[in-house]
This record gives sequence, structure tokens and C-alpha cells, in this order.
Amino acid sequence: MSSQLFLSGVSKSFDGFKAINNLSMVIEKGELRAVIGPNGAGKTTMMDIITGKTRPDEGEVYWNDAIDLTRLDEAATARLGVGRKFQKPTVIETLSVADNLNLALKADRGVFSTLTARTGRTQKTEINRLLALICLSDQRSRPAADLSHGQKQWLEIGMLLAQDPALLLVDEPAAGMTDAETMRTAELLRNIAGERSVVVVEHDMQFVAALGCKVTVLHQGHVLAEGSLDHVSANPEVVEVYLGR
Amino acid sequence: MIFTRQSAPRGGEAAGPGRCPVAWALTLALVVILGLLAPPQARAASDSFESLVAALAGGSYSDRAKLVAKIAQTGDPRALGLLEALTDGRLYQRKSDKRIVTVAASGKPPGMSDAITGEDLGVFNKRAAKKVKVNNSLRRKIRTAIGLLSLTSSDAQDRLKAAQAAFASGDPAQLEALDAALSAESDRGVATALAEARAVAILNSKTGLAEKQAAITVLKQRGDRDAQAALSPFRDDPALAGAVAVALRSIEERQALWGMAQNVWYGLSLGSVLLLAAIGLAITFGVMGVINMAHGELVMLGAYTTFAVQEAIRTSAPGLFDWSLLIAAPLAFVVAGTVGVVIERGVVRHLYGRPLETLLATWGISLMLQQAVRSIFGPNNREVGNPGWMSGAFELGGMTITWNRLWILIFALMVFVGLLFLLRRTAMGLQMRAVTQNRPMAAEMGINTGRVDALTFGLGAGIGGLAGVALSQIDNVSPNLGQSYIVDSFMVVVFGGAGNLWGALAGAFTLGVANKFLEPFAGAVLAKILVLVFIILFIQKRPRGLFALRGRAVEA
Amino acid sequence: MLARLIDTRMAVFLAVLFVLTVAVPLGNLVIAGQPVPSYVVALLGKYLTYALLAVALDLVWGYCGILSLGHGAFFALGGYAMGMHLMREIGPRGVYGDPVLPDFMVFLNWKELPWFWLGFDSFWFAALMVMVVPGALAFVFGWFAFRSRVTGVYLSIITQAMTYALMLAFFRNEMGFGGNNGLTDFKDILGFDLQADTTRAGLFVAAAVALAAGLLLARYITTSKLGKVLVAIRDAESRTRFLGYRVEAFKLFVFVVSAMMAGVAGAIYTPLVGIINPGEFSPANSIEIVIWVALGGRGTLVGAAMGAIIVALSRTLLTSWFPELWLFALGGMFILVTLVLPQGILGAVEAGLRRVRRRPREAAA
Repeated sequence: MSSQLFLSGVSKSFDGFKAINNLSMVIEKGELRAVIGPNGAGKTTMMDIITGKTRPDEGEVYWNDAIDLTRLDEAATARLGVGRKFQKPTVIETLSVADNLNLALKADRGVFSTLTARTGRTQKTEINRLLALICLSDQRSRPAADLSHGQKQWLEIGMLLAQDPALLLVDEPAAGMTDAETMRTAELLRNIAGERSVVVVEHDMQFVAALGCKVTVLHQGHVLAEGSLDHVSANPEVVEVYLGR
Repeated sequence: MIFTRQSAPRGGEAAGPGRCPVAWALTLALVVILGLLAPPQARAASDSFESLVAALAGGSYSDRAKLVAKIAQTGDPRALGLLEALTDGRLYQRKSDKRIVTVAASGKPPGMSDAITGEDLGVFNKRAAKKVKVNNSLRRKIRTAIGLLSLTSSDAQDRLKAAQAAFASGDPAQLEALDAALSAESDRGVATALAEARAVAILNSKTGLAEKQAAITVLKQRGDRDAQAALSPFRDDPALAGAVAVALRSIEERQALWGMAQNVWYGLSLGSVLLLAAIGLAITFGVMGVINMAHGELVMLGAYTTFAVQEAIRTSAPGLFDWSLLIAAPLAFVVAGTVGVVIERGVVRHLYGRPLETLLATWGISLMLQQAVRSIFGPNNREVGNPGWMSGAFELGGMTITWNRLWILIFALMVFVGLLFLLRRTAMGLQMRAVTQNRPMAAEMGINTGRVDALTFGLGAGIGGLAGVALSQIDNVSPNLGQSYIVDSFMVVVFGGAGNLWGALAGAFTLGVANKFLEPFAGAVLAKILVLVFIILFIQKRPRGLFALRGRAVEA
Repeated sequence: MLARLIDTRMAVFLAVLFVLTVAVPLGNLVIAGQPVPSYVVALLGKYLTYALLAVALDLVWGYCGILSLGHGAFFALGGYAMGMHLMREIGPRGVYGDPVLPDFMVFLNWKELPWFWLGFDSFWFAALMVMVVPGALAFVFGWFAFRSRVTGVYLSIITQAMTYALMLAFFRNEMGFGGNNGLTDFKDILGFDLQADTTRAGLFVAAAVALAAGLLLARYITTSKLGKVLVAIRDAESRTRFLGYRVEAFKLFVFVVSAMMAGVAGAIYTPLVGIINPGEFSPANSIEIVIWVALGGRGTLVGAAMGAIIVALSRTLLTSWFPELWLFALGGMFILVTLVLPQGILGAVEAGLRRVRRRPREAAA
């Protein structure tokens, strides 16, 4: 079976600072993976590299063992099936909730096909399904700006799902959520995984525990430890990194 | 025989009773006798100053020209005054006694005196005298003659001028005088000038080939446009062509080099102006992310402050005029800075985080400031004078440097260094940098970001005012002054990279020099267009400029 | 389709525009005593071309967040393209009577027509160039700028540099566009005398039709899914990229369409006012367009058109009554709109109307 995402020996430095240092990681198809690490461990840069926002200085990034992601830009990786959720919920504030989802729906992204595109029955059904999934059916016509913080997080996840991606990169989804919302989000992500690969970057250990998946610990741009949460928690180096400072 | 015929009555007159010492009379009488006795062939021996002068009134213009040259060669101390009177048309011959008289340059009616003895002859009566006429070619010869006379002046400056004049005329007749002056010259600069003048004279004379070759070498070493002009007539001389061609080529190379140096200087000068205009902008843009479209008008306010200061000085204390800029600079800083703080507190403060809106609002302010100045001071250019130490120019090798441009360059660098010091070494600078790099964090650490913002904006504006003081010295002071700099200063900031003083410095000087280097090929306007196009393309490659701040803080 | 394009504000505006289009020529040409003087026709026509220019800018700024400070350049290029045709229309009737060369070229001792003037003797070629030239400039400029992700104030500043560079270029005699004086002394257009009232009225109608068409085209674009993508780019550019949209392509599309629209506005402007000169490229002119849009209401299209007319009208009135005050008024508008009227006049009026409508209902409840 081929992997969904394959990183090997990836490095990237900014003005002499090595944000990513010889990072290697494999994400299997349908896998749920949590990536943890202290501030500045290179989590965001890693996602930037996978999505084509940043070009690595060296190393390989392959999609399905076939496509070199380092040659693609954000739009291209998105079309390929990489969905990314930012740490800060980013939705299109002035558009309605339904329009936000509509824009995310899988469709031809070309300029002229977008100009002449019509929202047909299949699209409407799909939007309704997603609205129900993220519990925003009542809010469908309201501008996204009116939503609460947690609702925006869900809308963004809904938009990711609308893209029908093969891989979701989720950056600190639980930030700013209530405990109940956090648990619901963990459940949502567990449900998504299986059919799609999901990589979650998170600080909140409770949330990571709730995900119940393989954990990768990043430190200073490379992988410090990998395995179950219990396994990595027992690693003295990890303890050192987390508690030693 | 004109000569002798005229000397007789003059001699008699000079010996008149009770006017002159007896010795004088005797000498003159002797001269007259000698003059009478001398045969025409031996006239040279009797070329005394007196006889030459006496002969001036007669003969053709060309005779007169020969006389002038001879008068100069006598080296007589009276010659200079006489020749000057001659060119000015103040030399006459009294009809009654054929005496040559000099009419005083001033006085109504002017007095006159004997041209040789200096004896006062009372009031000048135009009808009783005949003018010693000069035409243009004669006047030129007289000028050369005067020049030669100055070669022996005691003032080195005068001698230098005389040598330069001799160089310009290139008349081989001067050779003797030049040789004499050269052997007596002690000042090295004057000696060089004399040698060069001598070289031109030699080239024009019928001297031998070896001397001429040496002369070409001297001119080659001088290596400026004048040397080029002196050499080029001999380009086709069969005997000299080779040496002249070599010399000319060397001069041309040298000229090209100096031309380049001059262009660099013009570029640096333009760069210093751009730096002054842009550096305040760089601060507000860099620290606060605010595009201040009214910056040009703050510059204009600085220029008008200078104007007002000079007006006040002119009416109440004219003696202070040379100090006007030093008085205006702090005032301009305060005026523009205060207006800046008012703009920040009144408008910009409400628009943080909305850079495009800030741009529009400050543009509105710029329009109002323009109109305000137009209403108060009128729409026309106002006259701002250069103090003595700012006017004039000096030569540095083959290039000309004007004092005002040089002072502006120095001033711009001083402002830059001062600002650098302020940002690096003072508490306020530290706070400003803290706010630039991480506004929320700075706020959490107890820095009053509002106060820092106001002061930063005021500082940027105040520097704009200082720029205005400098610009008032080289540009028209009008309500449109600011408009003409705004696009250029934005280009500097964008090119250099916002928020970095070194970027502004590099940007200003690069653009200044690039502009001036393109000008000779493309013309001023096209050069400017090319630079603009270049920046537009450059921004595509490095969207954040030459010295961009990088990292997370900027992304956020 | 029509319902999608015409909402209430569009309906009201188009209705008023239609009434004007009928009433003004009638008042000028038919009704005895000429209640609408000829100069007013030209003036109103000019306002309408400004309105179209404002709609063009609103399309890129209001919907896509591209604050162009160089839209005056596209307007001027359209104006020059039409001006070149009008110059060639003069034919041998110029002062020097040269059958081919415009007067200024004869004056500058030019022997033949520069290549870029060829073809402009045909009205239809010129009409095409009116859109092609600004469109091509916008394409080249935008292709470079958007691809390398120059955004925000940086983009604004380089668009300003663009129009500034063009202004300097067009001031040069060597460019072959009449230098300082620009193009003027036009005689006729399509055989109609430009001094005739009927021609002027015709141009007025053309301006009105172009404005209506521009508004509807802009509305078609902004109400389409592409319009939503534009808004998405404006509000969250990065998000839009990660949704798989190639942001630069969308920006380029709307920038080029907008530039063409501005070119058409300039093309109608030139025969109406009888001159086009390099001053139209001045950065100040381009910034003023922004205030039309901001004052009327950014992202409303109709508001932008209204804003242009309001500012142009106040300029005409104020500069004749209190010339000293005009720049204060204009400057004040910039400050006022950004500080207290972020939605513009239209936004404020509509908010007011909503409040009035809601109140009786609340009272009833």
C-alpha cells in the first residue's frame, strides 16, 4: 500500500534559523496522526511545506508516492486533495455560511467556469448535508462574521470537508473551545479519519488523548519521538523538552 | 614719422614751469631728443612707455594693437591703469596740445589727468578732446596685454588668473613674458598654469618640433576640456598628429572618468535629497505600517518655515541671514512634527490596521495642507535665499561641486546618523523598535503604544520638515513642492524595504545614482521612467524590498 | 437572470438614469427655449463617464480588495485611443492642412505617421483599441504583480508609480501623442460635427448606455460564483488559495475587465470634453477616483457611480463659487469618509432606511 504523504530529509531555514531540520515522516492513507511539540518546533513550517506555501531547501515531499509536492503551489496542492485548517479560524466573513461552503465544494476552479457556474441540485444537497454535520443549518444565510468562535472553527472544518480532501491538515482546532466543544471536535476528526488521512497539530494533551492515535513529537525541526501517546510520554527526551524549560 | 612728430610737443608740455620736478623734465627732454634723433629702424630701442603712449592716438587699429603689446612688454607699473582706461574708452587726446589724457571713471563732470605723468588737468571737456578709439579685436588684444601685465602681480591669485587668460588666448607673442614669469614663479599652482599657458603658446608659435612635443605632453597632463580644445587644432598637423592623437585619447579617457565621477556625484546628490524626503516616510511606514501620503506636504511646511524665518530676518535682523538655515531647521522640525502629531492623534490613530484607509485619509490631509499654504502664502513660488556658505561651487579635479549640494548631502547623512542613534541608543528608540516588532507584546510590557505611535509619527513628520529646509535651497518653494517628491520617496521606501533605515539609505542612493547614470543616454524624463519601471519589476522579485524584515512578526 | 442582476438599488439607479437619458436630450434639442443648455449636456455626459470609471474601480477595489491608484491611466489610455482616431478624422482640415499627419506632428517636423498611429483612421479599430490597450497594460502589469503576490499598500504604490511613469512619458513630445498639449481640436466623430448639439446629445446617450452596460456587467460578475471568489480573496486571500483557487488568475481577470471598462469611459470622455492630455495620468486624478467609490459606498457598484457624480458635481459648483474651498472640501471628504462613513453614502442611507422600516414593526409588536 502506498503512503498518502511521504516526507524525507526535509530542511528549511529562514535567515540562518533552521525551522525544519532533516524531517522525515510518513502518513498512511486513512491515518489519524497527532503532531505535538513546543513553540518553534516547526509545526507550522511543516504544514507550509506540505501545502506548497514554502519551498524546502532540501528533501523530498511526495503525495501518493508519485507526485512531488515541492513543485506545487497552494492552489495546486488543494486541488490535489490537501485541505488545511488554520490555527486562527479563517472563514470568509462577509459571505454567508452557505456561500462559504459553496466556494469550498469540489468543482472546477478555473476563472471562466467559476464565472458561469450555477449552484445546482447536487450542490445544494451537499451543502445541506454539510450544514447539518457542522450544526449550522439555522445559520445558513447569516454572514460568517456573525458566528461564534467555535462555530467558525466548525464552519472551517465543514469547508475542508466540502473540498473532499484525501488529507486534512488541522492546526490547533481545539484552541479557544469549551471542553464540550473540544470533545465533539475530537469525535468529528476521528470520524473523518479512515476515509481520509488527518494530521492534527495540537498543544492540548487532553485533546490528543481524546484522539487516541499515533503521536509524533517535533522538536527543533525534527522528529524527537513517534508512537502512541503513552509511549512518547515515557520518552525521557520528550519529558525534558516539555518540562525542562 | 608719426612717432617723433608727436613726442615733441608732449615733451615741451611736461617741462612746463613749476609743475614737475626738474629731474623729471630733464629725463623727458632726453627721451624726446633721443626719440627725435633715432632713425626708424632703431625705434625699438626708444620704445619707452612715454613714447608708446604718446603714439597711441594716431595710426590704424593694427598699429595701435602693436603699441598695446609693446606697452605691456615694458612692464611699467602705469601700464595696467592705462590699458584699462583704453578698453573702457576713457583715453583721450587733448586737441589743444595733443596730450594723451585719462578721464576719471567717476565724477560729474569727470576730471582728467595726464596719462603718463598722472598730473591733474582739471575738468574734462569732451569737445576739446579726441577719443583714442578701440574696436573689438583691439579690445581682445588689450585684454591679453592686461593679462600679461598681471603675470607679474604680487598677488598669486592675480597671477593665476593671468596665466589662465594667457592659456585661453594662446598667443605666441606672450611666450617671452610667460618664460620670464615662469622663471620667477614660486607658487607651484601658478607655475603649472604658466607652464600650460606656455605650452599652448609654443604650439601656436613657430618653435621647433621637440619643444612642441614637450608642450603636447604638458597639455596631456592637464587633461581637461580646455587642453582638449587647445590640442585639437593640431590633430591634422602632419608633424604632430601622432602625439596629439595620443594626448587627445588620454584626455578623453580622463574626461570620461571625471564625467563618471561627476555623474556619481550628481547621483549622490539626488540620493541625498531622496533620502531626506523618504527617511521620515520610512519611519512611519516601518514602525507603524502607515502610509503617510501627506508626508510631502510636511516637507513643504518645512520649506515654508525656512521662507518665513528668512522673511523675519530680512525685515528685522539682516545680519543674521547666514544663520537663517540653522535657525529654520529646529523650527521646521517642530512645526512639521507638531502637525504630524496632530494628524496622528486626530485621524491616523482611528485607522490602525486599515492601511488603505490611512492612505486615503492622509491624502485628504495633504490636499488640505496644500490649499492652506496656498491661501496663506499665495500660489506662486516664494524666494528662499542661499546663505553665503551655501552658494557657489568649487572644482575637484575635473568635476564641479556646488556648496549647497554638498551641504545637503552632509545634512542628509547627519540626519540619518542622528536617527540611527535615536533608534539604537535611546529609550524611545527601543520602545519604537519594540512596537515595530511585536505590538501586542510591547503593549503587554507596559509600553504606551499610543504615545509611541504619536511620537513616532511626529518624528517622521519632523524629519520631513528638516527635508523641507534642505529642499528650499535647491527647489522652488511652492504649495506643490511636496507633490513632486511623494512618488519618488515612496519608490525609495518600497525599493529599500519598509522599516529599515539602511534600506532607505541604500534605496535612495541607488535610485539617485541609477537615475543620473541613465540620464546621459536616455534624457532626464526617460531615465526617471526607466527607474520607475525597474522598481515595478524589482517589487515583483522582492515584494518586501531590498532590506526586508523577515519572519513571523511581519507575516502576522 | 435579470432578477439576479437588478436588485432594488440597481433598479432605482437605472430608472433615474433612463429618465435622464430621455429628458436631457429632449430638453436640449426639442423643447423650445432650451431648458437644458448645451454645456450642461456635455457636463452631465462627463459625469456619467466618471461614474463608469468609478464602477470599474469598485469592481477591483470594492470586491477584490485591489486598491488601484492608477486607474486614471486606463481611463486616459482609452481616451487617447479615441483621441487618436479623432485626430485622424480631422484629415486635411488641420491648421497645416496635412492630409495624414496631425498638426502637432507637422509642427515637430515629423515626416510620416509613427507605426502605432496606423489603423486609427478606422473608428472600429480605434473602438477596439480603446479596450485592448488598457486591457493589455492591465494584463502585463497584473500578471507580474499578482503572480509575485504584491498586495496591499505595496500594490497601491506601484500602481501609482505606473500612472506616474505614463504621465511623464506622455508629456514627452517624442512619444508621438502631442506632448504637453495632448490631443485636441477635434472636428467630428463618425461624420457628425462635434460642435453640434445633436452630436453632444448623442454622446451623452452613449455615456449613459455605457454606464448602464458597465453596471450590469459588473453586477453579473459580482453576483456570479466568481464574484464570491473575489470577495473571498478580499477577505481572506490565503484561505482562498488553500481552497484551491488560483488567486492571481482571478485578480488578473477582474483587473483586466476593470481596465477595459475604464478605457471605454475615457473613450467617451474625450469627444465630450474635446481634449485629452497627459494631466489625466496624474496620480492625484487616480486617487480622486478612489474617493468617488469610497464616498458612494465601496462594493456597491451603484454607490460608486453615485459617488463619482456627487464629487464631480460638487467640484463644478464649488470651484465656480468658492475656488479656495474646493481642496479643503475634497480633502475633508477623504477624511470624513474613512473615519465616519466606511460604508459610504449609500451604505449609510440604506442602513437609515432599514432602521426606519424596522421601527414601525417593532412598535406594532
